[in-house]
Amino acid sequence: MSNTKYILGSFADPDDMMHGIDKLQANNISIYDCFTPMPIHGIEAKLGVKPSRLPIAAFCFGALGTTLGFSLLYYTMVYDWPMNIGGKPSFAMPNFVPVTFEVTILLCALGMVATFFFRNHLFPGRAPRVMDLRATDDRFILAVDAKENADHALIDSLLKEAGAVEVKYNDRKYVSYE
Amino acid sequence: MSSHNESILREPLMTGKDITYAKITDDILLPVENKPNKAWWIGFTVAVLGALLWVVSVSYTFWTGIGAWGLNKTVGWAWDITDFVWWVGIGHAGTLISAVLLIFRQNWRNSINRSAEAMTIFAVICAATYVVAHMGRPWLAYWIFPLPNQFGSLWVNFNSPLVWDAFAISTYFTVSLVFWYCGLLPDIATIRDRATGLKQKIYSVLSFGWNGSVKTWQRFEIVSLILAGISTPLVLSVHTIVSMDFATSVIPGWHTTIFPPYFVAGAIFSGFAMVQTLLLILRKVMNFENYITMFHIESMNIIIMTTGSIVGVAYLTELFIAMYSRSEYEMYAFENRMLGPYAWAYWSMMTCNVISPQLFWFKKIRTSIPISWILSIVVNIGMWFERFVIIVTSLHRDYLPSSWAMFYPTWTDVGIFVGSIGLFFTLFLLFLRFLPGIAIAEVKLLLKSSSLQHKTKLAQEGAFPAEQVEYFQESLEKYDSVTEEEIKELSVRK
Repeated sequence: MSNTKYILGSFADPDDMMHGIDKLQANNISIYDCFTPMPIHGIEAKLGVKPSRLPIAAFCFGALGTTLGFSLLYYTMVYDWPMNIGGKPSFAMPNFVPVTFEVTILLCALGMVATFFFRNHLFPGRAPRVMDLRATDDRFILAVDAKENADHALIDSLLKEAGAVEVKYNDRKYVSYE
Repeated sequence: MSSHNESILREPLMTGKDITYAKITDDILLPVENKPNKAWWIGFTVAVLGALLWVVSVSYTFWTGIGAWGLNKTVGWAWDITDFVWWVGIGHAGTLISAVLLIFRQNWRNSINRSAEAMTIFAVICAATYVVAHMGRPWLAYWIFPLPNQFGSLWVNFNSPLVWDAFAISTYFTVSLVFWYCGLLPDIATIRDRATGLKQKIYSVLSFGWNGSVKTWQRFEIVSLILAGISTPLVLSVHTIVSMDFATSVIPGWHTTIFPPYFVAGAIFSGFAMVQTLLLILRKVMNFENYITMFHIESMNIIIMTTGSIVGVAYLTELFIAMYSRSEYEMYAFENRMLGPYAWAYWSMMTCNVISPQLFWFKKIRTSIPISWILSIVVNIGMWFERFVIIVTSLHRDYLPSSWAMFYPTWTDVGIFVGSIGLFFTLFLLFLRFLPGIAIAEVKLLLKSSSLQHKTKLAQEGAFPAEQVEYFQESLEKYDSVTEEEIKELSVRK
């Protein structure tokens, strides 16, 4: 048995890669992942990737921001140390809007991006898990798990038929670090 | 799909022949992967000298206090707030380009958003320095935030627009920075995977381990869209709140309800002018003519013209409302602006902001690069005068004629302003040296839909009716990056 862990179809054109996905799927070959230098619209549906739930996270963080922002204002201005400012009421709702709004936006943005980084394991200094160094440049990489799909010759021919410029047999999963 | 056949009636967003994904990467990373050229070094030296002037002037201000400025007891706000509003306004175009144009699916933003966002961040840094400096005792600047303190705890006054401003500007800076950096991740990864040695290590840390998998891109797009969605009201709120610093006061000339929309329009106006100033040089020096095309230049000129007209209407409305109010003080404030000792500033503002952008109604003018560049600078000067007029002319003649005074800037005022421009350009040039000036991944999306190359191929295959191709050929004539041969080639059938 060969040591090949992953078979990579390297495409020069995104449409060819999409074609390759169709061909492999028609032959019941499961696709591990695709690595592309730009977002490919419609690829999630093809690969059966579920829609992201990040909007829900964003909404929750936004709602948290509204609550915290408003609570801060209410606590400081009305509860903790009400001040007599020109005899106006301490609980001046309209004046609470701008700061509440800014805190909402701030928490929504930071919370959502933090969730995104957390879920994708993105953080400064993380060793990049890259299967092909050209995937961030000009190649569209279609990766197939070689252990799960045994018929390597068929995969090779299907990828080439779809227009793959190169088919690689990688013994290591990631090429980006030693 | 990654490509769709866009109508040929739409002008191309990318020109040039034999453009491939690899060529896009090479072209855009050329300044990052090679030693900088002479033009960069000359610009950088001048900018650093300016930044040094800024350091000296700001240090002198911190050392002696704001008595170093030309303020007096009548004019208590002058160049500091003028420059602050000017920089914040300039910053707004970046967010507008990256957020509002994304929501409206204006693909032409893809080529200019990265540098415009960088501009936003650097402009807000410049603006923030004035806020800190004008407080007089900058080491107590944190008092603007509601922190528990030894006064038991005496909180800040949340009814004050100045407190709102602190929240708005800091939120704006944070969200812009996050938006910009998230967008940069894929491009930093591109640099990382092409680099070797120490450079690779540094960009590897900066890239957060980006790998471009399906799920990463999917979440990336959602994050971009939502950040755009929340940045849009944010950017409007920021300049609204800046305008409320004035509008909630009872000074004639400031106490007007049209300030928020008027300031927001002015911010977009000056911001796009600054983007135009920078990009016209950038595309020439960095050889980005194929990516930042005449279509981009013309579109930005149209936005400058539109917002300039909105600002013009706001000026006239102010005058009319002052007259219509029959309030003695209100009428005097505006009469003094037009005819008083600062009339020269008022009329410079009127000429630069209202009359000069109207020249963009002529197609010849808005597609001419030198004229666009000069007008963009004229608009920036005009917008600086607008803030100066609003601030100083409203203050210098107050209710007691005995305390009327004029404002004369000191060398420190001038030094901080000129120096902040130096600081801005230092940061911008460093950005261009170390990070891609164009969003590589986003521009790649245009290759198979909106590029001239793709449209030519489809036209030659006979995908479009002949009269549409002819219309397209005519629209290409204004492009400086398209040769006549390329235009002729469109009607060759293959």
